[in-house]
Amino acid sequence: MHVIETKKLTKYYGKARGIIDLDLRVEQGEFFGFIGPNGAGKSTTIRTLLGLISPSSGSAMLFGKDITTEKEAILQHIGYLPSEALFYQGMKVKDILKLSADLRKRDCTAEAALLCERLQLDISRKAEELSFGNRKKVAIVCALQHKPELLVLDEPTGGLDPLMQKEFFEILRERNQEGASILLSSHVLSEIQRNCTRAAIIRDGRIIACDSVDALSRTNAKRITVHGDVDLDSLSGVRDKKASEASVSFLYSGDMNSLLRTLSSGQVYDLTVTEPDLEEVFLHYYEKEGEAL
Amino acid sequence: MTLVRHELRQGKTPFLIWTASIGFLLATCIFLFPEMKGQMDSVSDVFASMGSFTQAFGMDRLNFGTLIGFYAVECGNVLGLGGAFFASLCAVGVLSKEEKDKTAEFLLTHPVSRKRIITEKLIAVLIQITALNVIIYALAIGSIAAVGEDIPWKEISLLHLAYYLLQLELAGICFGISAFLRKGSAGAGLGIAAMMYFLNLIANIADVADFLKYITPFGYCEGADIVSNGSLDMTLVSVGAVMGIIGVLLAYLHYTKKDIH
Repeated sequence: MHVIETKKLTKYYGKARGIIDLDLRVEQGEFFGFIGPNGAGKSTTIRTLLGLISPSSGSAMLFGKDITTEKEAILQHIGYLPSEALFYQGMKVKDILKLSADLRKRDCTAEAALLCERLQLDISRKAEELSFGNRKKVAIVCALQHKPELLVLDEPTGGLDPLMQKEFFEILRERNQEGASILLSSHVLSEIQRNCTRAAIIRDGRIIACDSVDALSRTNAKRITVHGDVDLDSLSGVRDKKASEASVSFLYSGDMNSLLRTLSSGQVYDLTVTEPDLEEVFLHYYEKEGEAL
Repeated sequence: MTLVRHELRQGKTPFLIWTASIGFLLATCIFLFPEMKGQMDSVSDVFASMGSFTQAFGMDRLNFGTLIGFYAVECGNVLGLGGAFFASLCAVGVLSKEEKDKTAEFLLTHPVSRKRIITEKLIAVLIQITALNVIIYALAIGSIAAVGEDIPWKEISLLHLAYYLLQLELAGICFGISAFLRKGSAGAGLGIAAMMYFLNLIANIADVADFLKYITPFGYCEGADIVSNGSLDMTLVSVGAVMGIIGVLLAYLHYTKKDIH
């Protein structure tokens, strides 16, 4: 069963584009990454999946139920971690955790205590006295304490120090192994690569790629750095060109023989060919068609 | 009732401040009455000859020398304005504050229907308004007894009932407005309460503006009418009830479908 399945999900804010014809499927037990530049539609997608906003057209099913008609039943099984964790003024952390559990009609005391210990969270403090990172920890405990079947995480590690990030992902991996599905929306590509099995890339409100992280990372492109004087204008398959006075560096995915012929027609003093790093691979998904190519 | 408890806890401080302020002012007015009673004959003449100002506050039809006449004008204004401000502020912020303070993402991603959220928030507002009125009523009766005056039960009770209904009506209207707001709401609440108050003053002064009494809930809280008739104007009360109910219905209609940003 798909824990998330959207069909042609579309959201417009007046005339402004949110998401267009979004088809997204997340299988049960998957650790799914959701990547895209700012304003691409990640948060709109998440907000629609959680029923905070209504779709303009299309449908979103979670656990086989429609979010517009069975929202409460769906939310009972979801843990949501927003990118910005804000709580009610004057409330202590323990009261926030209890309020969250009470709203779910659950007693999560034992699990909350366990999570607070692992994340080193002081529950006697008032939420507004906490740093951004510690507020994030409160939101993490709220999202996890009821052991949800689906975790929706929006930029989850912002504000967490590296040790806490490590602990947080350790908890997520444990939950995933126990059967929970996870939708991780993040800018941090290394997070996606380390943790997710599949990922979707969204740009300008549309899914432009959805595959296993390995397949998305795989590329034929090489990073070529040439020291010397070479005219690359006639060569196709060149992108992300960075030229300096004495050298030029570019990602090349064209025909190797053409590259060698072009290089041999110029003056080459030194040449390096390397695998592009992951950021470079993903970056080309972010760029608009025709840009930086 | 988790949200009712939560709302009551969140609103505890403003509730205590408003109750203490209105209660203190009201009790002070009552405790001043015995001293002022002797001077009231001349004061009543002065108050009764201030033209439009006299009419605006209904002082042409009330005897300041009696406790109920004094209470209807002085205490009526304290409870009328204070209660109206509290009820409006309490209701106008109750839904909109979630988006303003960015706690909506927390609350609305829990498995609680929007209808239940609206209902529990409305109940919390009603409890606070009712509690304030019960405390103020008890304090007023206690203060009148403490200064040794006879308690005009019927008139006092009718006055307090009228102000309670006024607060409920304003709360209903402001609750409806709250569903549409995303940012600051206090200005809207205070503005509506003050506007309604002044509409009644205008209606009292000018006969041509008498229809305004059907718009403002202060119209059926007129101390002079209540004391002289010994009853509330049920037509005005009914119009007010309809306005309050429309406000609440609008809140349900809009907030259940609202996009939360």
